[in-house]
Amino acid sequence: MKRHRLTITGWAAAVSLIATAILGILITPQDVTQKEYSRFLYLHPPMAWVAYLAFGVAALSSVLYLWPRTRREAFDHLALASVEAGVLFTGLVLVTGSMWAEPVWGTYWVWDARLTATALMFVLFLGYLAFRRTGGTKQNIARRSAIVALISFIDVPIVHFSVLWWNTLHQGPSVLTPGLSAQGVHGSMAWTMLLSFVAFTLLFCWMVGRRTALERLRASAGGSELQDAIAARRAEGTSVEVGA
Amino acid sequence: MFRDAWAVFVKDLRIEAASRVGLWQVLPFAAIALLLFAFALGPSHRVLASGAAGVTWVGVVFATFLIVGRSQSIEAGAGISESQRLAGIDPAGVFLGKAGAVAVQLLAVEGLLGVGARLLLDFHCARWWLVIVASLLATIGLSAAGTLYGALVGATRARETLLPMLVLPVLVPVLIAAVRLWQAAGVAEGQGLAGWLSILGTFAVIYTAAGILFYGQVQEHS
Repeated sequence: MKRHRLTITGWAAAVSLIATAILGILITPQDVTQKEYSRFLYLHPPMAWVAYLAFGVAALSSVLYLWPRTRREAFDHLALASVEAGVLFTGLVLVTGSMWAEPVWGTYWVWDARLTATALMFVLFLGYLAFRRTGGTKQNIARRSAIVALISFIDVPIVHFSVLWWNTLHQGPSVLTPGLSAQGVHGSMAWTMLLSFVAFTLLFCWMVGRRTALERLRASAGGSELQDAIAARRAEGTSVEVGA
Repeated sequence: MFRDAWAVFVKDLRIEAASRVGLWQVLPFAAIALLLFAFALGPSHRVLASGAAGVTWVGVVFATFLIVGRSQSIEAGAGISESQRLAGIDPAGVFLGKAGAVAVQLLAVEGLLGVGARLLLDFHCARWWLVIVASLLATIGLSAAGTLYGALVGATRARETLLPMLVLPVLVPVLIAAVRLWQAAGVAEGQGLAGWLSILGTFAVIYTAAGILFYGQVQEHS
């Protein structure tokens, strides 16, 4: 992503997040049964959406990296950046979910299909990040990490459909339904929720753009250091030969 | 592919039979795990019987790490993967052969733990066919996922710690489904069996397919 586009995305994310906060806290009414805790609606579902999106982007870029015709280092950087953002947002989904569950369900955690599967998704992609730090050549790490990301992505549809496949305490999907309708959410709450999805998606794009750019710089810095070291060693050899 | 798979399968089992690591280390480890869980649950027959299936399958999952670690250490010698490539051995065949050998060893562990659960934990079984089908499907899934992840982390520095971290979350659906089916096998009637069996079947198919597809890529540059 070009630098100025990234800056615009960052500002758009900031403005839409502030607007979501104002609408979510000051303008929208509270829910009849959940009272003020219903405002988690503007945090928890969009964060879960971004986590899905992040792991989806990571899986897609991993496929593109593994496919010989489309293999580019940039796809590896994109997968890494997306997984990092995905792990962050999955962690926040678990935290915000627990904060909402305690007053509404009466407990921070239940061994529910969706909660357990989300925790598994979090640990799986933490494993991906740990895997990337195990050393080896750049190509080797990138290739193996791409396979790990793809295999781990199998868990994402399990998480989403777990509330449909198993009878669980967690309510059904709010927005990502077959008809993409925000079931049970109306009026200003629905619009604010929609804005929160846009805001968090923009934030994700900005974070991934920044992280990808950083990884690209790190790779080029590492590469130039190696080239400089090789050139220095060659220069030493040349000077010895000349001296002899 | 299948000829290569058979060759690797026989080779791995012969090495295991010769080294007797499975007999003297893995099976005793599984038995100790069973005893430890029984100590942790306490002497109540009711508690032990209700936890028997879970204890057995947690023991199987732990044994999977040992067996997969052994299986990958056979390939870890200098130049082995290069030799396989130069000999034109199909990587998918290597994967199937290694997963097959792991599956045979896992079945031995499950047999031992099953007998242990029956004798020590009062595990009651009314439907043996369900125990056998569930165990076979779960074993295919465990061996396929374990072999694939074992190969992925085999060439890394921290493979001993990384393998459980990566594989344990992946194996949770197998653990849950196998335990539910073993528990269901304890009663004459039961509902939802098809769902749990389909989870085991789907898992086995997905990870076997992933292993066949990716094992070559994993071996390359390892």
